[in-house]
Amino acid sequence: MAGEGEKKAVLEMVQADGADEGCVTFVLHDEDHTLGNSLRYMIMKNADVEFCGYTITHPSESKINFRIQTRGGIPAAEPLRRGLNELSDVCQHVLNTFQRPLSFSL
Amino acid sequence: RPLGKMAARMENVEEIRNRVILGEFGVTNVHTTDFPGNYPGYDDTWNVEKFQKNFRIDVVHLDENSMEFDMVGIDAAIANAFRRILLAEVPTMATEKVFIYSNTSIVQDEVLAHRLGLIPIKADPRLFEYRNTGKEEGSEIDTIQLQLKIKCSRNPRASKDSSDPRELYLNHMVYSKDIKWVPIGNQADVFADCCIGPVHDDILIAQLRPGQELDIVMHCVKGIGKDHAKFSPVATASYRLLPEITLLEVVEGEKAERLKQCFSRGVIDLEDINGTKVAKVVNSRLDTCSREVLRHSDLKNVVKLGRVRDHFIFTVESTGILPPDVLVTEAIKVLVAKCQRFLNELDSTAME
Repeated sequence: MAGEGEKKAVLEMVQADGADEGCVTFVLHDEDHTLGNSLRYMIMKNADVEFCGYTITHPSESKINFRIQTRGGIPAAEPLRRGLNELSDVCQHVLNTFQRPLSFSL
Repeated sequence: RPLGKMAARMENVEEIRNRVILGEFGVTNVHTTDFPGNYPGYDDTWNVEKFQKNFRIDVVHLDENSMEFDMVGIDAAIANAFRRILLAEVPTMATEKVFIYSNTSIVQDEVLAHRLGLIPIKADPRLFEYRNTGKEEGSEIDTIQLQLKIKCSRNPRASKDSSDPRELYLNHMVYSKDIKWVPIGNQADVFADCCIGPVHDDILIAQLRPGQELDIVMHCVKGIGKDHAKFSPVATASYRLLPEITLLEVVEGEKAERLKQCFSRGVIDLEDINGTKVAKVVNSRLDTCSREVLRHSDLKNVVKLGRVRDHFIFTVESTGILPPDVLVTEAIKVLVAKCQRFLNELDSTAME
């Protein structure tokens, strides 16, 4: 899942044996509260998600453990993908709203 | 704290959802609680239309070095992400390698190199690339070369009994204006119109006396604030929540005068109604929320202090490398790139 040995891992999935696909811990490398907290907010706004949280396991390592538990057997990668898309759309809308008044005043 | 009293009273619910309360002994209601399922009767699922309808940005002040703008209708998690990115993840160019050919000043080599690294360099980082790790030699696409060559000498025209160093010596103060850009490769053509060099001319780097000299070459590379604070493009970037002051009863006369003194100037004004002065909240945005009013036993039950949880007043001060509105734009793009990176990773592993 993490790729060849020489390539640095970006995203890993850790699943407990026997648990269904709905309870997964994702390990996001080279990330901190910046993406962790904002992504957690977007995923929590999803009604299918029963639990969502993230931890920085040790401050010297720049990676976060991001846990998602879904309701109704939905695979956990789905709210993750949807949260990332929604966060990206929010940023795009913020960017458009920010640049609009500035283009008028030029 | 007795939770039973606070829970789910109709008048309270709106306040719990939208306001941070500043109490006498602490700040309450801080965290976002409007997630689906927390409040019966409210649909808190993410709704793009509702967000886009409520969201607005008002630019209050903008000049070449700083800007103040309001971001309304967004959550603290995302506003904080923008603040963190402005401080640590928007790239700039700064001096990384300092080649000291001659330093006979009293400033140590490493102290001098440290100071040179902190000088902001006016070069648009979007026109450069990151230097690949392990690559020792810089090329024209990832390096800016600067030179500082200065020698202090005695001023032959100084009067014999002067004791002012400005008269006695030439070049005894080394300023950032003495740093010259040395174009490499095709940089002279590409950057012909924009002068690359330190943002400010008057940063004092070192002091010299006659006979001392500096002969230094610097290589500037692209980096981010997370790696070293010299790469941070902002002097600072911060936000505060919009304060909200509500008067729970009518306050008149001398009490109103004392109430006015408890807040920052311009927040509370005294209106003349039928001969008596009555206090009125005019502009709560100016308040610094010192909670001074809660220190007076007869005034503390008259006001309710709070902050609006989704109204952020951002202040961005640039170091001069990029204008502040460009910095905010770049910060938002960095967050989009972060999301994209994980979306691509999810897509590539899904196809395996």
